[in-house]
Amino acid sequence: MKWIKNILDNMRPSFEEGGKLYAFHSLFDAMDTFFLTPETTTTSGCHIRDAVDNKRTMFTVVIALIPALLFGMYNIGYQHYLSIGEVHSYCENFWGNFWYGFLQVLPMILVSYIVGLGIECIFAQVRKHEVSEGYFVTGMLIPLICPPDVPLWQLAIAVAFAVIIGKEVFGGTGYNFLNPALVARAFLFFSYPSKMSGDSVWIAEQGDAISGATPLGEMLAGASAPHASMLDMFLGFVPGSVGETSVVAILLGAILLLVTGVASWRIMLSVFAGGAAMGVVFNLIGATPYMQMPFYEHFLIGGFMFGAVFMATDPVTAAQTNIGKYIYGALIGIMAVLIRVVNPAYPEGMMLSILLLNVFAPLIDYYVVEANIKRRTKRAKVLTKNN
Amino acid sequence: MSKAIKISKGLDVRLLGQAKPEVVETAVGEYAIKPKDFVGLTPKMLVEQGDKVKAGTPVFYAKGKERLMFTSPVSGTITAVERGEKRVINAIRIVPDGQNEYEDFSKESLSGMSREQVKEKMLASGVWTVLRQRPYSVIPDPDTTPKYIIVTGFSSAPLAPDYSILLQGERAAMQVGADALRKLTDGKVHVNVHSSISRTDELLKLENVQINTFEGKHPCGNVSVQAEKIDPINKGEKIWYLDAQDLAVIGKLFLEGRYVADKIIALTGEEVSHPQYYKIKRGANISSIIYNNVTSNTLRFISGNVLTGTKIERDGFLSYYDNQITVIREGKERRLFGWLAPGFNRFSVSRTFLSGFMKNCSCNKAYKVDTNLNGGERPLVFTGEFEKVFPMDIYPMQLIKACAIGDIDLMEQLGIYEVDPEDFALCELVDSSKTNIQAIIKQGLDLMRKEMGE
Repeated sequence: MKWIKNILDNMRPSFEEGGKLYAFHSLFDAMDTFFLTPETTTTSGCHIRDAVDNKRTMFTVVIALIPALLFGMYNIGYQHYLSIGEVHSYCENFWGNFWYGFLQVLPMILVSYIVGLGIECIFAQVRKHEVSEGYFVTGMLIPLICPPDVPLWQLAIAVAFAVIIGKEVFGGTGYNFLNPALVARAFLFFSYPSKMSGDSVWIAEQGDAISGATPLGEMLAGASAPHASMLDMFLGFVPGSVGETSVVAILLGAILLLVTGVASWRIMLSVFAGGAAMGVVFNLIGATPYMQMPFYEHFLIGGFMFGAVFMATDPVTAAQTNIGKYIYGALIGIMAVLIRVVNPAYPEGMMLSILLLNVFAPLIDYYVVEANIKRRTKRAKVLTKNN
Repeated sequence: MSKAIKISKGLDVRLLGQAKPEVVETAVGEYAIKPKDFVGLTPKMLVEQGDKVKAGTPVFYAKGKERLMFTSPVSGTITAVERGEKRVINAIRIVPDGQNEYEDFSKESLSGMSREQVKEKMLASGVWTVLRQRPYSVIPDPDTTPKYIIVTGFSSAPLAPDYSILLQGERAAMQVGADALRKLTDGKVHVNVHSSISRTDELLKLENVQINTFEGKHPCGNVSVQAEKIDPINKGEKIWYLDAQDLAVIGKLFLEGRYVADKIIALTGEEVSHPQYYKIKRGANISSIIYNNVTSNTLRFISGNVLTGTKIERDGFLSYYDNQITVIREGKERRLFGWLAPGFNRFSVSRTFLSGFMKNCSCNKAYKVDTNLNGGERPLVFTGEFEKVFPMDIYPMQLIKACAIGDIDLMEQLGIYEVDPEDFALCELVDSSKTNIQAIIKQGLDLMRKEMGE
């Protein structure tokens, strides 16, 4: 480990102000602190600090995404070979499936990180900030919520749009009000709808013989029940966005996020509660086949699970007060199911409902904090009256 | 009269280097009064370098508040008036002459004294300065009357001294001190003790006061937290508070007719070879206390505790209101892949480290710590961290942001009058964005104080 420090120490002078490579100092800085923790000590206030920093927390989220990522790779291969009739059961051609999906997803991840981090570095450089860790998570989320066949140039434009318009114009990580990963997806969804919805984008290089509709698409089209079995949907062996299909894999991530306390259990819990409540209401009305679908199946199809665990819980764009988090989460769940069942235009309600509530989160917090303010003002008024 | 109050949120920070219950008397070569220990104070000097002073001789007074007198803790010679940038006075240094002479403020029985006479005596002797006021933590204006007065009889801070040692044998003086305080307020004198730490009869048997027993973790020893539970401070209201040791200082003023600045302090921290208690006077130089008693590492010396204390030099002086010195390692080392390592031994409240995750299984473990920031400064991204360690009915994140942007209306609405920077120390400790939160709150309070003309 000494040698890493020596290499970095030798490189540092050329990246400092006045050095030849000063233009790349934010990149160097990011590298430097990637390998070694900073030597900065406390200068004011509390003399000791918790070992946790944003890097650690963001990294925990990335780890939590890995089960969904690995399963997504496998499933892409599996769906492809299934559609052309080469595999017939889950584990047939195991490494072949995985390898196919790996080759499909890796370029997406590379494009996402290279474009996203590149822009982040430029902004950090200009603003003389350190490169924020936020994009490590966003950069992984974006490929996971895209269809496996998304053209890479479209992905690159979406990433650039999300990072610049979704985040950096507001000041960077911590200042944005919309979840940048969802901004990227919404951009793709509305700009290139033919590549983001329908029956032909969810399976990479799909065979002609088979319908590639997702369970979500089938339900929207008026099917009485999804074509896939409950087990398939729970395990994730259905067509869909890269990381969203497997409830099991997402649950593994959810467990890590909750055990480490990185994601808010309040938000996660209330998204499911809201979704279930809305689902039950529709079950009771029961006017269409979609309304009759058991409420818990909403958790199994589409991006509900992924959105609840990884998207709604983004601390920057969620409500910040504890009470606000319950309201925010519940409304996401309600809106997601509402959009799915009632709106004929969009098959998936999760993305739109989270973006909508991102916009409303500050308002929810405002009213929660206002209650506290009122309590304080009232207390003071009672006092002036008594005197 | 006793009342039990439970505080449910908070965090006890367990560190190595708790002081052993032995009190050592030590000769101190120099004393100092540091004007920076007092919020919003501009000193006007009354002595010069070379002047002889006794214990209780006025050294300076507060500009704009001529009655606030600051007096020498010891008899000796003024050796220096240290100035910093813009000729701001940093310290008035006094070398003791070993004669222990005192200014005579005359013994008096409290029973016949009026409120104004009690004030006058405390102001003239400099003993008044042991009192502080919430809001703003300033020394109270003698023309005001507080809603009530809090005497803090324990500290819940990391490695805090045990008050049963600090207060040994002081009951008679403290009773007189409490009686004097009762003359200063129309409300009650609250003596706050803890259900398990620092319990001592010296406090519990005080008469004519309200004893409140607090139960819970740090920051249940903070005045703000206690005041909120007793009777919250509203806009325009003032409460006063002081440390239990200073109750004895007030008592001795009336019993003995002099300013006795003696106090017992704890020397703590994992870099101290023999952590123990010392009997010294207010403003003592720490070099004779730490001499031969600390390790050879690069060290940080803190007057106070690790959460709220002031960084001082190896030959610096104890701050006015502190009764603890903490010595820890400076953390200059860089760790390889710190964000990736499992972290069995790192101090962390977050469960992203195994140590934090396992803390529930081994709750009595004390941690090794240093002054490393453990990360780079970032915007405030994560939410919900502060609420776990902040026990008051205040939204910490929102108040921090209001202070950062200097919105005084919002600060007022969110409860700025009820808090002190120290109340945000735990937030600062656990904050993953490494923001200097106490400094932001102080900046907000300073702005508020100027706006309100205090």
